[in-house]
Amino acid sequence: MTQQSGRKIGGPLLKVQGISLSFGGVKALSDVSFEIRQHEILAIIGPNGAGKSSMLNVINGFYHPQSGTVTYKGATRKQMQPHEAAEQGIARTFQNIALFKGMSTLDNIMSGRLLKMKVNFFLQALYWGPAQREEIAHREVVERIIDFLEIQAIRKTPVGKLPYGLQKRVELGRALAAEPDLLLLDEPMAGMNVEEKEDMCRFVLDVNEEFGTTIALIEHDMGVVMDISDRVVVLDYGRKIADGVPDEVRANKDVIDAYLGVSH
Amino acid sequence: MTGAASPNDTFPKLLRHNAAVRGARPASREKEYGIWQSWTWSEVCDEVRALSCGLVALGLKRGDRVAIVGDNRPRLYWSMVATQAAGGVPVPVYQDAVADEMKFVLDHAEARIVVAEDQEQVDKVLAVMPACPRINSVVFIDKRGMRHYGQPFLKSFDAVIADGRAYDQAHPGAYDSAVAEGKGGDIAIMLYTSGTTGTPKGVMLTFDNLIVTARNAAERERLTEAEEVLAYLPMAWVGDNIFSLAQAYTTGFCVSCPESGATVMTDLRELGPTYFFAPPRIFENILTQVMIRMEDAGWIKRRMFHYFMGLARRVGTALIDGKTVSAVDRLLHWLGGILVYGPLKNTLGFSRIRLAYTAGEAIGPDIFDFYRSLGMNIKQLYGMTETSVFICIQPDGEIKPDTVGTPAPEVEVKIADDGEVLVKSPGVFQAYYKNDGATRDSKTEDGWVRTGDAGFFDADGHLKIIDRAKDVGKLTGGGLFAPKFIENKLKFFPFIKEAVAFGNGRDYVAAFINIDLEAVGNWAERRGIPYGGYGDLTAHDEVYDQIRQCIEKVNADLAADEKLAASQIRRFIVLHKELDADDGELTRTRKVRRRFVGERYDRQIEALYSTAKTVDIEAQVTFEDGRKGVLRANLKIGDARTFAPADTARKAS
Repeated sequence: MTQQSGRKIGGPLLKVQGISLSFGGVKALSDVSFEIRQHEILAIIGPNGAGKSSMLNVINGFYHPQSGTVTYKGATRKQMQPHEAAEQGIARTFQNIALFKGMSTLDNIMSGRLLKMKVNFFLQALYWGPAQREEIAHREVVERIIDFLEIQAIRKTPVGKLPYGLQKRVELGRALAAEPDLLLLDEPMAGMNVEEKEDMCRFVLDVNEEFGTTIALIEHDMGVVMDISDRVVVLDYGRKIADGVPDEVRANKDVIDAYLGVSH
Repeated sequence: MTGAASPNDTFPKLLRHNAAVRGARPASREKEYGIWQSWTWSEVCDEVRALSCGLVALGLKRGDRVAIVGDNRPRLYWSMVATQAAGGVPVPVYQDAVADEMKFVLDHAEARIVVAEDQEQVDKVLAVMPACPRINSVVFIDKRGMRHYGQPFLKSFDAVIADGRAYDQAHPGAYDSAVAEGKGGDIAIMLYTSGTTGTPKGVMLTFDNLIVTARNAAERERLTEAEEVLAYLPMAWVGDNIFSLAQAYTTGFCVSCPESGATVMTDLRELGPTYFFAPPRIFENILTQVMIRMEDAGWIKRRMFHYFMGLARRVGTALIDGKTVSAVDRLLHWLGGILVYGPLKNTLGFSRIRLAYTAGEAIGPDIFDFYRSLGMNIKQLYGMTETSVFICIQPDGEIKPDTVGTPAPEVEVKIADDGEVLVKSPGVFQAYYKNDGATRDSKTEDGWVRTGDAGFFDADGHLKIIDRAKDVGKLTGGGLFAPKFIENKLKFFPFIKEAVAFGNGRDYVAAFINIDLEAVGNWAERRGIPYGGYGDLTAHDEVYDQIRQCIEKVNADLAADEKLAASQIRRFIVLHKELDADDGELTRTRKVRRRFVGERYDRQIEALYSTAKTVDIEAQVTFEDGRKGVLRANLKIGDARTFAPADTARKAS
């Protein structure tokens, strides 16, 4: 993993403009626009069903919006597949952990290196020559991630046996293995106790600081969101109702209404 | 045993010696990024030289203290030797100390430089810096999270090494003359004892203390440069300094550091140490894990495990001790080695253990026997910080579970008139740092250390520790009375749940016994002895007989020791109720409150020292619902046989 120096929030890395998405008659997103800037931590918040996860799915190409554009690293795209997003440096974790339960922590994180493996299938199967050298190089990257996330003790444990909080950490490790420029985290702290949340916050901040990775995350815990994010985008019923630094958002009347509940 | 006279009388000199005679052999190893990374003696010598120069460049002067904080890491061990090379004194600090405890040590030791492992430790040091104005530099090893720390006195380990190399070039010969200036009589290290009472005390040990003691023990145990050791116990503990530093430097073996605290068991298995130390608690935890895992195993494995472990208990220890074992048992034991003992030891990382020590507290005989019957040469050790660890070691082939063995080479042990164990050895500490009062309390004018433990030598010259010295009393005849030692022996029988021994200032020893309702009740049912409840059961003559047999076995045991023969139990009462914390007779952690019991049952105790056959008792009881009541009973007083020391040969068979 290459270490970049510090984090200076730069220009937009990704821009979504006028995104509308509906499933049949259900409008998940309508006319949402915002940007994710280089090296920042952006939080996307909102009540249940506000369209947060749909938004992430649009960004990494899993959903295709009916209208609107996504501009990533200066190039506007209309339709793309998730694997293309991954090739361009977008990695993500899932709300309901999507690891290979029967595989070890090490192998799970190794699977995150898949796109970086260049040697052909047959050489890999024989584990010979260039394949072996490549595997060693990848293993080194993976070991650094294991060290970074402090999960040495579970290196060889099948992830299905791990407690929930650790599985989330392994999933973060797998996303990091792709050396992403943009990391999408879908509720990285859901279902965790206070201590696990604190650990996860530290790792998210460390990833952002040490590697300069841009992070967009969905989170429900307001304390966490206000503490670690540089900017916050608030969605409600598929619409963006606020966008700004945490203090601005906290004082925003629409946000308070959305969270405390007023009749619509 | 020529430690003091050897030219290599300090660790920096020994390091140079090792680099010269075994430069290509590994010296330090650490698991990082999933791989064991090693450094040879030459490489370590080179690193320590650069580091030492770097510390001097930071302002380290001869005699300055350098605090070392962190988990076991090669770089922290090097920091200790680098400090010594420059004439400084390393002060390792417990890595889990909270900021307040750390403040005491850093302030008391007047540390000038702190070498810290990572951000966590640096944060603690930064928190206490305002109270420790003498600290002028903090060196950190792991750079993670340290990016935004702008303090000018913070320096990374790598930067110190780089500065050190530049300093070395600019001042050729400075390092070598600094090393040459070090002498065996210099203070090598200051270790703060954790101290259950009062503030910690800084124990000052010289190079001679550590090197001679370590070398003597290594020679007695025939340690070689081929040993494998895992350093996983706190660096601030004297044992780690002996096993992972002093003995490694004197014999030249390699010390490995685990990847993290959580991976010790995995690392142990990968490494397969030949020389291992663990407190009884760790051996106990490992055994519990094995038992739990065996319960989950399939029935074939379970049956095999239990069958062969039974065999091992019968003949395993005898085989280690070189006693005669029948050919059939030998064959079965060999088979067990292939099917059970070998795989089990491999799983635990104990396949290659040649020598294992346990110390710190008494180890349960069951646990001790389990490992020994597996074929592991595990031995008890008696030592303390003030004597550079080694006082007594159990000799190979003469392992008795209740002794700590014979004195280590060059160690003199004598027993004071009050039973306290006194020690004089090349390892005896110089003084407590800035605490002359405490030094006078624990070290006599002529160099004997008061251990605070009471003990005596048995017929074979093995030291037996019986109690804390302050708890030990005397019989009127002059015999030693160690209540806890006798009570523990009694409680070893399943029928006896609790026991209280009396005897201080009396003519003989007498005891109260609480029976174990479950064990005795079961036994009574099998015998068809009817009983209505606890009180009823205690009054049966058959029960008295059973308890008498237990006591007589203890007496026979005691008679075998000349010193304890006088404290055999002559008379006893089986109490009609259990001693209870609700009644104030026990503490909440189930320890007998001796004085309280003595006052409440004074009439019954007097009866034990009379010729009476029975005694009336009225005891107040507190029921579960808080009501109080009075139990009246007439208790029988039992008499137990005692043995003359000469009888023991017959009795012991």
